[in-house]
Amino acid sequence: MKVYEFQAKDILKKYGVCVPRGKAISHGHDASKIFQEIGCNRCVVKAQALAGGRGKGGGIQFANTPAEAQKYAASLLGTHLVTHQTSQKGIEIKYVLIEEAVSFKKELYFAITIDRSLQTPILIASIEGGMEIEEAAKKSPDSIIKEPIDIFFGVHPFQIRRIASKLDIAGISSTILNNLITNLFSAFVHNDCSLLEINPLAITVNDGLCALDAKMDIDDNALYRHPEFEQMSQYQDLSPVEVLAKKYKLSYISLDGNIGCLVNGAGLAMATMDIIKLHGGEPANFLDVGGDASLEQVTQAFKIILSDSKVKAILINIFGGIMKCDVIASGIIQAVKEVGIHIPLVMRLEGTNVDIAKKILTNSGLSIISAKDMKEAASLVVRASK
Amino acid sequence: MGILINKDTRVVCQGITGQAGSFHAERMLEYGTKLVAGITPGKGGSTHHGIPVFDSVLEATKNTGANASVIYVPAPFAADAIMESSEAGIELVVCITEGIPTFDMIKVKKYLTNKKTRLIGPNCPGIITPDACKIGIMPGYIHKLGSVGVVSRSGTLTYEAVWQLTQRGLGQSTCIGIGGDPIVGTDFVDVLRLFQEDKDTQAIVLIGEIGGSAEEEAAEVIQQEITKPVIGFIAGSTAPPGKRMGHAGAIISGNKGTAISKITALKNAGVAIADSPADIGETVARLIK
Repeated sequence: MKVYEFQAKDILKKYGVCVPRGKAISHGHDASKIFQEIGCNRCVVKAQALAGGRGKGGGIQFANTPAEAQKYAASLLGTHLVTHQTSQKGIEIKYVLIEEAVSFKKELYFAITIDRSLQTPILIASIEGGMEIEEAAKKSPDSIIKEPIDIFFGVHPFQIRRIASKLDIAGISSTILNNLITNLFSAFVHNDCSLLEINPLAITVNDGLCALDAKMDIDDNALYRHPEFEQMSQYQDLSPVEVLAKKYKLSYISLDGNIGCLVNGAGLAMATMDIIKLHGGEPANFLDVGGDASLEQVTQAFKIILSDSKVKAILINIFGGIMKCDVIASGIIQAVKEVGIHIPLVMRLEGTNVDIAKKILTNSGLSIISAKDMKEAASLVVRASK
Repeated sequence: MGILINKDTRVVCQGITGQAGSFHAERMLEYGTKLVAGITPGKGGSTHHGIPVFDSVLEATKNTGANASVIYVPAPFAADAIMESSEAGIELVVCITEGIPTFDMIKVKKYLTNKKTRLIGPNCPGIITPDACKIGIMPGYIHKLGSVGVVSRSGTLTYEAVWQLTQRGLGQSTCIGIGGDPIVGTDFVDVLRLFQEDKDTQAIVLIGEIGGSAEEEAAEVIQQEITKPVIGFIAGSTAPPGKRMGHAGAIISGNKGTAISKITALKNAGVAIADSPADIGETVARLIK
């Protein structure tokens, strides 16, 4: 789960990481008052978006007066911000963060994430902070410092010394750097983050370190032990249907095509999309009902597909393992009972309890185009969609 | 006879009285797996499907001589279940549970360092040596004894590949789903090396998917160490690029992670790639004829 910059900064502040003074507001609130409360000469008004590229997309404005702050906040709130990381429609700005514009000497890059190959958290740091960090990583890989962190020990002092010497930031005391790295790692671990990125991390005019931006991604699997994040979740980057899917723990992504897909397992779901495309069709969605879906989940999943007006045909591709085919069959019949179906339905069932499922479907009288394997299923559904 | 498990493997089931554990314990018994004990803390002394239930894995190993374990316990308790099995001396732990927090798994991996326990999974379908031993949730009937080793990050896509092989009369030596989580116990490289050494395995099917760099790492090892024919499929060629947040992921993985990167790396290592998921069986048949 991604959290907004202002939420991430609130968390970081609790861990002793320096962040600019500021406050987030939503529509209808007075930004000029916040400007005055902060009590500085210059503020930055930042659109809160769960996507990168805000600066280039016009989502960050500098205000020199309370009136300017209000003007920029009003111009951003409620609009759609388009960046290279969003869809063409962009994402709606529900919050802006107004904070002190911190004067700085240099921008660094700091991040902690999980290195899947090393199977450990890893700290990444670079003197090349700012917007072109990925370019820097490609052009001069040596300018990127990577330090794997032991989950039990945390960051060793010798690693911090090594980072300090590689970064070559004279003027920053070792205590300040030590505290920053230790605090970032505590925040990363205690909140079950999969990503904590500070870009830029500013070296201020007073030789302090201040997090001017913060990106935080929380491991969805760990949300059960972080009830505090429940009220935070805005799912800003998801469509209403995707939010509904999330509620039923279905993995659903809306796409542009006209063939609705219901599959069990992410790998098979991706392979099903691949084979639809190979046969000249276009999937309308990715939908993985998961390993062990209940009757209700399957019913909801099928209703979500049926609610998509661009869907002209549906392909159900199930290879039962832990998921039982008869649960899929009953869920589909239940959904059809509730909302009806007026488009062709192609089904390919195999695996656990497949014979029971086939009996249930035959007895239901539901009109189904059965396919004996994946290839036939793909070719039948593509034909039906045209 | 295949890798890691055989007809003498003695299995305990952790979480045997839960819904999933109970259902699949029964399927394993039907398949002929030597399921010798179940574990549910607090239910020790009872029996389930005619199998003795113990409070702890240690009691089960002492009383039954079990050497493998399969885990169906809910995600918040799964990491502990893995470590409990390892501590009790279990050599092979197969963790089916999905949704385990990444940090839990990082700690488990650290715990398992220098221990004799091999972990498969989590979030995986398990491992099967046809006609000998099935540990996991895969439907038994789709498998057939033979000489193709199958290793996959996916669950259901593995069944798909296996079914295609079986329908063409191509049996399997052992099939392993290594799981799709960021941190897994056993990776492609481990399994490739085991298949290379296994006398009964003549060809290897490797099924990957987009994300991470496990397939690229596998390609390197295939190039250097694997002399048996390898057939591959990568799911997600047509998946739209994910909305990635921040730059850290890109810095760590470089250009790896895309279907193109993986397919190119595998092709360069001499792997025969099936372009369609429906052609995996056919590609194997063509290669080992």
